[in-house]
Amino acid sequence: MSEIAVPKIRIRGLTKRFGDKLVLDGIDLDVMPRTSTVVIGGSGSGKSVLLKCVLGLIEPDEGVIEIDGTDVLKLDRSEREERRAQIGMLFQNGALFDSLPVWENVAFGLLARRMVGRAKAREQAVEVLAQVGLAASVGDLWPAELSGGMQKRVGLARAIAARPDVLFFDEPTTGLDPIMGAVIDGLIVDCVKNLGSTAIAITHDMLSARRIGDRAAMLYHGRIVWQGPATDLMASGNEMVDQFTHGRREGPIQMELRK
Amino acid sequence: MNALLDFVARIGRIVLGACLQSGRLTVFAIEGVSHVFRPPFYGRSFLRAMLEIGYLSLPVVALTAVFTGMVLALQSSTGLSRFAADSAVASLVVLSVTRELGPVLAGLMVAGRVGAAMAAEIGTMRVTDQIDALTTLSTNPMKYLVAPRLLAGLIALPLLVMVADILGVLGGFIIGVVKLGFNSGIYLNNTLDFVRTDDVVSGLVKASVFGFLISLMGCFHGYNSKGGAQGVGAATTSAVVAASVLILAFDYVLTELFFAR
Repeated sequence: MSEIAVPKIRIRGLTKRFGDKLVLDGIDLDVMPRTSTVVIGGSGSGKSVLLKCVLGLIEPDEGVIEIDGTDVLKLDRSEREERRAQIGMLFQNGALFDSLPVWENVAFGLLARRMVGRAKAREQAVEVLAQVGLAASVGDLWPAELSGGMQKRVGLARAIAARPDVLFFDEPTTGLDPIMGAVIDGLIVDCVKNLGSTAIAITHDMLSARRIGDRAAMLYHGRIVWQGPATDLMASGNEMVDQFTHGRREGPIQMELRK
Repeated sequence: MNALLDFVARIGRIVLGACLQSGRLTVFAIEGVSHVFRPPFYGRSFLRAMLEIGYLSLPVVALTAVFTGMVLALQSSTGLSRFAADSAVASLVVLSVTRELGPVLAGLMVAGRVGAAMAAEIGTMRVTDQIDALTTLSTNPMKYLVAPRLLAGLIALPLLVMVADILGVLGGFIIGVVKLGFNSGIYLNNTLDFVRTDDVVSGLVKASVFGFLISLMGCFHGYNSKGGAQGVGAATTSAVVAASVLILAFDYVLTELFFAR
């Protein structure tokens, strides 16, 4: 008898409103263990809100978010904090702490959870920096001294430092030149593979989506309008996905110029 | 009629908004204070806040105190001489500085310097997702950012005011002796004979309350800032204005509590 595959992350009926605006309208999404799912969609389609709901940064109005079969929305505060320790997140702009040097940024999660002392944390930070292609000397710099690409690498190093089960990436290549974008995508793929993590990335960079994702889903007006293998993105057969991935002005998606 | 209704509705919105903001501030303060007593404790954040509020504010508070003492001696001398009461200059300076001007002026200077910096730092962290990043790294932002600053404000401002008290009296002494021709020994005797422990202690208690209010306003407005650079700017302004007004209001309340007969 074959085993039934259980999703690592299972989302059902996820709904979120901000005032009158329905941002997420009953999202259903499964992410299988050790796979990467890319969520694409235009600006304001609800991608970031979806990610923040799964992370527990925004409380959804309705729905279920299960990680490893546990509904995280039903956990109390301390249980959620414990759960978050298994999740790493790369923010769009890096979100590095300005007041801390790079190595402390990378080791922040380890130090915050009192997992190691400062000397050991520094050693580990240097090791993780090496994994994302940065020299040990970068550890002594301040975030403001880094280029955009280096900030992304440090953000990635911070996300993977505690070897999380689940990784989230918010627009990982935004603001980077194409070569640096490819480098970051490559690092993401390597990290996810090496850690054996499950990943969700949100992006509107099609090249990045195909490089990172095993599967892809498209969000439009708070709903998932298509999902399938990431390799099918450019020839999905779905009018909305085709318009989005090929960047056409004409099609079912109309830009809202004024709301 | 419509204009009247619009006016009443506007007033209603303002009152409701103020109530909502007061409620949020109260909840924020209670949560912040509760984290002061619950582990884990972030000693480095606390020491950094102490350095920022206390040590780095020393020059501005010291200069303010010296000049205030000097002006006070000069002004009181010209006023008191009309009643042939010049000898009361020393006691007037020491009482004014320890009870009122030390804590209030130090509070206002620190509100301008530190309250603004706190709101700007935390506000920038908010709009650049750094506060969300803290949460994803299993760190409670209230515990890491707010609680150490509230505690540091509570402790650092009385220390600053102790220095301000000494320097304010010194400013008065310099003017009294050099410009007004008082005998230095008699001036000092008048100062020490007249000042009582509760004058100094009441000023230090006021300073503690003001320090807490400055940190609370800086953290609250920064933590709730929205909308990029403009939002951070607005939060900074609000933090300084709110802290300054609250310092003056609480100064009255505490004076009433300590000294009203």
